[in-house]
Amino acid sequence: MINLYEVTETNKMIEEENLDVRTITLGISLLDCIDSDLKIVNEKIYQKIYHAAKDLVKTGEEISKEYGIPIVNKRISVTPVSLVGGAACKTEEDFVGIAKTLDKVAHEVGVNFIGGYSALVSKGMSRADELLIRSIPKALSVTERVCSSVNVGSTKTGINMDAVKLMGEMIVKTAEFTKEADSLGCAKLVVFCNAPDDNPFMAGAFHGVTEADRIINVGVSGPGVVKTALEQVRGRNFEVLCETIKKTAFKVTRVGQLVAKEASKRLGVPFGIVDLSLAPTPAIGDSVADILCEIGLEHAGAPGTTAALALLNDQVKKGGVMASSYVGGLSGAFIPVSEDQGMIDAVTAGALSLEKLEAMTCVCSVGLDMIAIPGDTKASTISGIIADEMAIGMINQKTTAVRLIPVIGKGVGETVEFGGLLGYAPIMPVNPFSCDAFVNRGGRIPAPIHSFKN
Amino acid sequence: MKKTIITVVGKDTVGIIAKVCSYLAENKINILDISQTIVQGYFNMMMIVDTNETEKAFGEMADEMDTLGESIGVIIKCQKEEIFDQMHRI
Repeated sequence: MINLYEVTETNKMIEEENLDVRTITLGISLLDCIDSDLKIVNEKIYQKIYHAAKDLVKTGEEISKEYGIPIVNKRISVTPVSLVGGAACKTEEDFVGIAKTLDKVAHEVGVNFIGGYSALVSKGMSRADELLIRSIPKALSVTERVCSSVNVGSTKTGINMDAVKLMGEMIVKTAEFTKEADSLGCAKLVVFCNAPDDNPFMAGAFHGVTEADRIINVGVSGPGVVKTALEQVRGRNFEVLCETIKKTAFKVTRVGQLVAKEASKRLGVPFGIVDLSLAPTPAIGDSVADILCEIGLEHAGAPGTTAALALLNDQVKKGGVMASSYVGGLSGAFIPVSEDQGMIDAVTAGALSLEKLEAMTCVCSVGLDMIAIPGDTKASTISGIIADEMAIGMINQKTTAVRLIPVIGKGVGETVEFGGLLGYAPIMPVNPFSCDAFVNRGGRIPAPIHSFKN
Repeated sequence: MKKTIITVVGKDTVGIIAKVCSYLAENKINILDISQTIVQGYFNMMMIVDTNETEKAFGEMADEMDTLGESIGVIIKCQKEEIFDQMHRI
């Protein structure tokens, strides 16, 4: 039978070390909402999401209460809207209309984000894909809860450089459209390489076309729990260090598995995956950077950071895989800057640069995330940064992503405040040299040689 | 059997166990196991209880225990057993 020590350990993780289930995300296919009449598409989307998700928030709260574990977010992901709206939308405004429908239904069912205002263009863009991408700045400025993502590359297809160029422009435009709110729109826009179909985390969640009609995906968290466990093994060797991370990740993930199974049962929706993630928040003690410091670095970004992060990411997966029957999504340690107090401190101290962050993304999920850059950064420079990150994903057969926020009207040395889970960030300098000629070539980068495995 | 773990943490005082047990008895909740310690003046108790017979819904019981805790000056938490089982047993 369970003993006092075990009960105390679990409750200490929850109460003092910020253990929580970060999100229950209900994936909903909208493929059956396709119609050539825009009005009908909007109506079908509203009805389908409303009926599928009306009990999501209530169910999440019940589970949270019964097990005493906070479930921070309840969210929805839907089929990429470029596919759903393709037959009906003839203009950018038509797509913006669908974004408004998504926002409205998100408010009514009480979820804090809805993801899937997306296009999958890793090899080429259809007319609908391009319309949707061009509508993103407007869509994100007139909605509150809609999140957008665009997959511009994969190991199988290479990188669509036309889309990369376009996304650089759209990020700048989104920043301008939302400049009154410190360019907040860009915090809800992710550019992917190798985007997973079952990611429960925002802003990049969408319900892939390979998925069932509905699915429950759960993202766990617990950087504070790992940090506290590592405090007990200070000065010990790497074997002890890795074993400790592995065991802790197992425990954290088991909670996610329990919540996922329970939510699946109560909502009558199949269980998809648990995302084995260490997702930080701006709260003190909920930081991935603090784990890196506990491993032995003065600040995240110091020499040794990439190795420390690589081992952390790998051990989290090893511990988590056994704890859950199905794993997926982004799985690994997240390194968003604005959402992690330790990362913010590292940037402020001058220990962490954009280039070091890029190196770190080679060994963890996901990518250059929640990084504020000067508002006068050129679109082509942003496209260049995206291309670099996509190349890392393509060559290493992993998911990479870029979520940059060029903060209009602000420059290096200033700080931007997004509020809530999105946190705040010092604006980081960007390499000032031009990549215009590279970005403007047009076309696509071919798939790498190791993609030909047939 | 539906098992719930009740934890009680707070400053030690007379009658904590009595009050908690009275509530459980009134609501037909059977106690299966109790462990309790005092650490630096702080009362720390865990109970494993069987909630099969009670007519109370879980949420209602948890809320009432919470209120009872407030009246004694301790924190009482009710959690279904599975969260601990999942985390500590393979």
